[in-house]
Amino acid sequence: MWREIWLVCRKDMIIEWRARVTLVQIVPTVLLVLVVFAFALDANPSLLGAGAGGLFWVAVLFGAVLGAKRSFDIEAEGGNLDALRLGGLVPAAILWGKAAALALQLVLVGVFAAAGLLVLYSVTVHDWLLIVVAGLCGMAAFAICGTLYGAMTVGLRSADTLLPLLLIPVAAPVLLAGTRAFDVALGTSADQGWSWTALLAVVLVTYVAVGWAAAGPLLEDA
Amino acid sequence: MGAAVAFEGVVALLDRFPALAGVDLSVQAGEMVCLRGPNGAGKSTLLRACAGLVPVRGERAEVLGFDLKAQRRSVRPHVGLLGHRSPLYGDLRVDDQLRHCADVHRAGVPEVSAAIERFALGGRLGEVAIRRLSEGQQRRVALACLTIARPRLWLLDEPHAGLDTVSRDALDELLADAVEAGATVMFATHETGRSRVAAARQVMLAGGRVEPTAPVSQTNGPTDVA
Repeated sequence: MWREIWLVCRKDMIIEWRARVTLVQIVPTVLLVLVVFAFALDANPSLLGAGAGGLFWVAVLFGAVLGAKRSFDIEAEGGNLDALRLGGLVPAAILWGKAAALALQLVLVGVFAAAGLLVLYSVTVHDWLLIVVAGLCGMAAFAICGTLYGAMTVGLRSADTLLPLLLIPVAAPVLLAGTRAFDVALGTSADQGWSWTALLAVVLVTYVAVGWAAAGPLLEDA
Repeated sequence: MGAAVAFEGVVALLDRFPALAGVDLSVQAGEMVCLRGPNGAGKSTLLRACAGLVPVRGERAEVLGFDLKAQRRSVRPHVGLLGHRSPLYGDLRVDDQLRHCADVHRAGVPEVSAAIERFALGGRLGEVAIRRLSEGQQRRVALACLTIARPRLWLLDEPHAGLDTVSRDALDELLADAVEAGATVMFATHETGRSRVAAARQVMLAGGRVEPTAPVSQTNGPTDVA
């Protein structure tokens, strides 16, 4: 099982290394979202600082939608998903391998988005550990969620519009908890940052449980 | 040798349409079968059903001894399917793709080297991204992957499409070698000449069913050779 997860993850990462879609397409889009928000909020430093945490997660969520779509587009092309299934790979291994690869790509997106926040919004980080832990939990949750819905919509003609429609509402708890945790870490809120991070971890565990249960039916019938 | 494929009254529904409407077919292990028939006859669905990728019903649906009605997934690692489109990742290089196939199917370096040599995929071609290859070259990479997988049952849908004469001959040789090694081969084609050369038995499909047909030697003319 672990070998199969590694095979799928490594394959997706090699594809990313060769095509550089995350670096050349998704990261610029995410940075553009941050720039557009800065324009929309009239470059008001106090307003941007107060909303920086939320804007980070909104931008990363857009990145997750694009990444999840891309992740299953390459499987739909030419019937590659069938080839993986004929290789004897169990559905759960395919799902977790793809989720792991997407999570790694989202970490890259998150690093650039965080750098964008620091430069564009002039925010100051008060708790780096909270940023890192909450960020990793949130991105892993986005990756699992995106992979589940990517698998559900793969091959559908309406996948382009259906994926964000399905993914964004389900990712709302991550958006909420991640934003609260980041607000604390950026010093714009006196809330309990680690409590929100714990909630993020609970959401992540829930998505993992749903993933284990749904992998078979989703990838068997995809 | 036993039956590699034993279908009796097999039905497969695609979006409630009966793509297979009661197929009766028996293919012996080590046999080579050519599926013929008009578009929409059910050839591709039959191949996908044999690969365990399509849910089936019916009196009997066994492939390589696995009951497809109960254990559809179990047959998959023993089957190699090459559909209309080549199952390749466009952004991977040829050598990446072959290594991925080898890892998935637990094949070693000798199998990969043999496939590279057989389909002339060595040298600089190995470093080219799949999407930059011509259709015929992509087909050769897909066939190399199939060779690396070493399936017991080969299922090919229009395998000669897009290949040049040399590659077509290489494919025919590959299929003959697979049969000689004990594998079973089923392929669908519209090419009368090529199928006559390669196939030992011809099966005609129409309307999702197998139709009674005469042996290949009686259905094709003596000059109908590619």
